[in-house]
Amino acid sequence: MDLYEYQAKDIFANYGVPVLPGAVAATADEARAAAEELGVPVVVKAQVKTGGRGKAGGVKLADNPDETQEKAEGILGLDIKGHVVRRVLVTPASDIAEEYYFSFLLDRANRTFLAMASVEGGMDIEEVAATKPEALAKVPVDAINGVDLAKAQEIVKAANFPAEVADQVAEVIVKLWDGFVGEDATLVEVNPLVRDPQGKIIALDGKVTLDDNAAFRHETHADLVDKGAEDPLEAAAKAKDLNYVKLDGQVGIIGNGAGLVMSTLDVVAYAGERHGGAKPANFLDIGGGASAEVMANGLEIILSDADVKSVFVNVFGGITACDAVANGIVSAFQLLESRGEAVTRPIVVRLDGNNAEEGRRILTEAALPGLVQVKTMDEAADKAAELAAQGA
Amino acid sequence: MAIFLNENSKVIVQGITGSEGTKHTRRMLAAGTQIVGGVNPRKAGQKVEFDGQALPVFATVAEAMEATGADVTVIFVPPKFAKSAVFEAIDAGIGLAVVITEGIPVHDTAAFWAHAVATGGKTRIVGPNCPGVISPGKSNAGIIPADITGPGRIGLVSKSGTLTYQMMYELRDIGFSTAVGIGGDPVIGTTHIDALAAFQEDPETDLIVLIGEIGGDAEERAAAYIKENITKPVVGYVAGFTAPEGKTMGHAGAIVSGSAGTAAAKQEALEAVGVRVGKTPSETAQLAREVFQNLG
Repeated sequence: MDLYEYQAKDIFANYGVPVLPGAVAATADEARAAAEELGVPVVVKAQVKTGGRGKAGGVKLADNPDETQEKAEGILGLDIKGHVVRRVLVTPASDIAEEYYFSFLLDRANRTFLAMASVEGGMDIEEVAATKPEALAKVPVDAINGVDLAKAQEIVKAANFPAEVADQVAEVIVKLWDGFVGEDATLVEVNPLVRDPQGKIIALDGKVTLDDNAAFRHETHADLVDKGAEDPLEAAAKAKDLNYVKLDGQVGIIGNGAGLVMSTLDVVAYAGERHGGAKPANFLDIGGGASAEVMANGLEIILSDADVKSVFVNVFGGITACDAVANGIVSAFQLLESRGEAVTRPIVVRLDGNNAEEGRRILTEAALPGLVQVKTMDEAADKAAELAAQGA
Repeated sequence: MAIFLNENSKVIVQGITGSEGTKHTRRMLAAGTQIVGGVNPRKAGQKVEFDGQALPVFATVAEAMEATGADVTVIFVPPKFAKSAVFEAIDAGIGLAVVITEGIPVHDTAAFWAHAVATGGKTRIVGPNCPGVISPGKSNAGIIPADITGPGRIGLVSKSGTLTYQMMYELRDIGFSTAVGIGGDPVIGTTHIDALAAFQEDPETDLIVLIGEIGGDAEERAAAYIKENITKPVVGYVAGFTAPEGKTMGHAGAIVSGSAGTAAAKQEALEAVGVRVGKTPSETAQLAREVFQNLG
């Protein structure tokens, strides 16, 4: 889960990383009140989980409360790369003497963590990495030994931080590491990390990504989810423990296993090229079990998506035999009917693998309305795309 | 031969008394795996019955190894306790630890990987969040259905479980030396490269099928490795061309970040080193069949 800047800074503050005071505002009036309380001038910053908000007009300076209200009005509701601004962060405008960059992240390739630091902060770090790689220090961090003051000093040295801030930056790095580990983050980024004219080091902007797998040991992380920004279908799926991602096509997809479902999306998209550009409407992995209830919940979510014109159920029977999956589909139809949500859009089913013959027989005998069986994944994808194109 | 796992492998199960552990121990036994015991500190000294066979439960991996000569452990322990289970397996110095558990925090995986490296790398880790390793007709350490296909001369390495099953099914007429499911997490023990290196050395493997998916750059690194080190033919498949940026597609590791980790980049890297990459799983199987038949 990616966090908003204000949430990231709350975490920083909890771990003793110096940040500026600030207030989150969902309305222009609230922003004005925040400016009155914090003292002007202030910076009004769009809270969106994407980069480049400055260029998109999402960060503005305001000299007085009236202006704060006006700027907040302009920023709230702004669409920044598909992210609608629903909150702004109001912070005192600070004078900046120097800007630096710092992050801890997961280094997948080396199966460890990495500290990245640069004294050329404030700009797009990917650009620094590409155009001036020598200006970006990358220091591997051992997952067990972590970052103590000595390690932090090594990082400070590698990045050539000026001597007058070296000790302060090293202390901040240790605190950021504590937060990175303490919150089970996969990314903690401060850009820019600044030195103010008084020589104080401050984390001016922050980005944090938390590991969803670690939610079981962080009760507070659930509160960080922005429910209002969630896709309603994704939220409904999550409530039913379904692994669902909304996409923008017309062919609803249900499959078992993440890899097979990803592959199914691709195969449907290829088939769609022959059928009026039909595309997959979602990712939905119902897992190995594929029980009737899970199948029914999955179908229910997919059919509640008005864009869906056909559904492709693609199951490879591995541990769960296809006869069980077929029975699950039959019961799912009954279950949906009993919930008053009879299936009216065409469903293409491909069952293969363990006990596929028996599974297909069960479906043939059940003669479910609108259900078509196709033997191979490629042909089934083609059929589903064709039906979606017809239904559009 | 085969890789990582063969008919002589002596397997224990950590979490043998849990529901997943019990279910899959039964399946592994039915596939002919030599399972010699299980580990659960709270049930040490007891026996668990599997269709007439009584398996001893030990308090620790070290005790189980001492008593049975086990050299492989399959781990079904829940995410909360997985880290200490893997540490225990590493500290006991077991040769192969297959971590099936899904949902382990990445800080825990990074920690047990660092521990494995720091203690000399004696323990090969496969997974986590993986279906395991099967050498058909010999042994099965994990949850890959053993009845999909039998032994043959294809080696398979894959991030995805169900795509592994699908590919084994499509190529069931040829069969497999070993199939390795390396898992879909951002940090994993055994990589595509490790499996490629082992298949290259395995006299029972003539052709390698490599299945990847979006996220990270493991496939790109595998391509570079193939160029320098692999002389056996490799056929590839990559899933996730239609995945949008920034969305996790089921597997914790399957996420496109910016321009990094895309399926297109992976396909391009593999094709650049002569790997034939199929557009769909069926097409990939067809390519593999053609290459295999041309081996003579």
